[in-house]
Amino acid sequence: MKLVMLWTDMLVWSLVIVLFVWSWVVSRNPQVKKTWHRIFKSNIAMASSVVLLFYLLFTLLDSIHLRLALPFEAQKSELVAYEVEMVSLLDLIFEHNIQNTERTYSAPFATVEYTSSIVVDEHGVTKQVYLPLKYVSKKDDLIQESLFALGVGLAVALLLVFLHIWKREKSRFILACQEIIRGESDLPWRTAYGTFILLVVAFTWLYMLSYSYHVLGTDKVGGDVLYQSFKSIRTGVLIGILTTLIMLPVAVILGVSAGLFGGWVDDVIQYLYTTLSSIPGVLLIAAGVLSMQVMMDNNPTWFETTIERSDLRLLFLILILGITSWTGLCRVLRAETLKISQMEFVTAAKAFGVSKLTIIRRHIVPNLMHIILISVVLDFSGLVLAEAVLSYVGVGVDPTMHSWGNMINQARLEMAREPMVWWSLFSAFVFMFILVLAANLFSDRIQRVLDPRNKT
Amino acid sequence: MLAYIIRRILYAIPILIGVNLITFMLFFMVNSPDDMARAQLGAKQVTPELIQSWKEERGYDKPLFVNPQAEGFAQVSDTLFVKESLKLFTFDFGFSDSNRDIGSDIKERMMPSFSIALPTFMIALITNISLALLLVLFRGSMLDTSMMIVAVMIMSVSGLFYIIAGQVLFSKIWHWVPISGYESGWDGVKFIILPVMIGVFAGIGSGVRWYRSIFLEQINQDYVRTARAKGLSELKVLFGHVLRNGMLPILTGVVVIIPSLFMGSLIMESFFGIPGLGSYTIDAINSQDFAIVKAMVFLGSVLYIIGLILTDISYTLFDPRVKLS
Repeated sequence: MKLVMLWTDMLVWSLVIVLFVWSWVVSRNPQVKKTWHRIFKSNIAMASSVVLLFYLLFTLLDSIHLRLALPFEAQKSELVAYEVEMVSLLDLIFEHNIQNTERTYSAPFATVEYTSSIVVDEHGVTKQVYLPLKYVSKKDDLIQESLFALGVGLAVALLLVFLHIWKREKSRFILACQEIIRGESDLPWRTAYGTFILLVVAFTWLYMLSYSYHVLGTDKVGGDVLYQSFKSIRTGVLIGILTTLIMLPVAVILGVSAGLFGGWVDDVIQYLYTTLSSIPGVLLIAAGVLSMQVMMDNNPTWFETTIERSDLRLLFLILILGITSWTGLCRVLRAETLKISQMEFVTAAKAFGVSKLTIIRRHIVPNLMHIILISVVLDFSGLVLAEAVLSYVGVGVDPTMHSWGNMINQARLEMAREPMVWWSLFSAFVFMFILVLAANLFSDRIQRVLDPRNKT
Repeated sequence: MLAYIIRRILYAIPILIGVNLITFMLFFMVNSPDDMARAQLGAKQVTPELIQSWKEERGYDKPLFVNPQAEGFAQVSDTLFVKESLKLFTFDFGFSDSNRDIGSDIKERMMPSFSIALPTFMIALITNISLALLLVLFRGSMLDTSMMIVAVMIMSVSGLFYIIAGQVLFSKIWHWVPISGYESGWDGVKFIILPVMIGVFAGIGSGVRWYRSIFLEQINQDYVRTARAKGLSELKVLFGHVLRNGMLPILTGVVVIIPSLFMGSLIMESFFGIPGLGSYTIDAINSQDFAIVKAMVFLGSVLYIIGLILTDISYTLFDPRVKLS
């Protein structure tokens, strides 16, 4: 086995490192810690952050790419040879689903194909029959198996929950458990654990049944929809987070310097963002993506495999989205910086001869943090939804890449069928809805706590 | 007033030049005229002479930014960038890859787009504001809380879902309206109803939340307390004071998009087969017709800038404190 890093993998892991450093810094500042404590005091915030962490976990699992060693017989020399295609950890978890490819569409839990095919039987008579699916076991009882899966899920979830409580409160374990069950704990842990158990149980159920059924059906070429939905998590989350990550430094640096320095700097920056924001967003993205396509067609040496190709395309898409989306935040930050820089404490700092950089670092950026944070979580849900639309327009991620937009786009063509092929659409929309709803609820809570206008 | 408007229009010119520069760079730096000629003429049997004549025919044989052969000012002006930009400024969009006049195409397709976008906009505006006022009237009650939760849920569903679900329910299963198509005049109403309704519904979540937050911000102001102290009824306070003062932030967000209604909606039009500018743009993107994309970018930014100017003007009409200077 050999670890391979794609471009977006590197970005994801650097983001994780940044998050760790940030949370370490935050945990040392009692005031900020208190604010976060207040954010998590709400049930909704706890539940939605557990959901978000769950999605993040799948993103991270899907961001560790490996090249497996070829089987021993295929080795030509002493050196270990590796397969060309890379797989992620998530692919390994769902390996059975990748291999169990059917011929064509099949409904969730179906045992036969969705479309009938014409066969000639031994008497030479042509018949229309629904062919049985290749990788579905017929002898297992669905209900029995479900109950078993639910039981396993519950056991695993409870074990993890108790481990977590044990880790937090070693000395008063029983007491802490009682508090949580009665809902008297400091933070609403009951909701968090409840959501966690629900998610784990749902996942184990889907996962264990996926060994004997196609739980969410199969698509046109027989691929498993459950696997596709889980693979799409990475694409959605990546577009949501990395785009903001890329545009943040630009927006903060330009916004703060426009507000603080004024004069021609302000004029140039204002001109820049007015110009960019006057172009309709989708069109600018489309123009960017079209140029990028031409560029990638002209430089086929940049990537070796299709995964690398689609990864590069995702990276460019994120860059383009970042370029088009910094203007709104920049405008807000400029206005806020203007306001702050006229306040007494900044004037006092100036009078003391504090350097401009220190003023920015000590006085201005900390006071902008709430705006930045709100815009990060607000943009996230918008970007996840935008991915679907962009893929529909044809300027989204690579068509070979798993994404909810691509799933919707492919399934849309089958709408005219009777009865309808609904499961691909359904799965994509449900997976997307849960993520976006959690992000929206979380951002609402952050906004309520952090926005000074809401203090009454 | 007139002087102000003229000044604002003059101020828009550098922005449009910037827009042109961006599209031009995306258009030509990555995708050189030689590449375009090769793609247009087909990969086979392309001779340098053919490319040259194709470029001359389209005026693409000039250098991009600086023309070293020319003298004086012509060094800058006799270039592809200046020539292309000047053409756009006179709204001469040239010809598409399939040799159709883009300008007349746009004129033809503007009305279908507008006939969907305007009703959507108007109905959405009225429903959102009235719902928001209703919620503000009953603020803090069960109705308010539950409606806000519903609003977040409506917001969290992809717009594509509403379109697909609407088409399946109303057209495929119940056969109330045709699934797609367009006709001008009153016969076309049956084609318009579904996209308009879906457009209104998809935006209701974020819309109601936005208007509600605007009104709530007003309701804690001193003048509202004074109005209540005068003994005005809550309804009078709401309509006479809160709504009126809320108009300013609403204008900022609303007026600016009115001109852009002509641009249409990309997904709505392509799902419902409406021959408007939105589906025109999607077709252009899918067939990689850069000339159309460029024209639409320019048109979009012109309309946006008109929207900005209109916003400023509407400010003076609604807020006597704002003076144009």
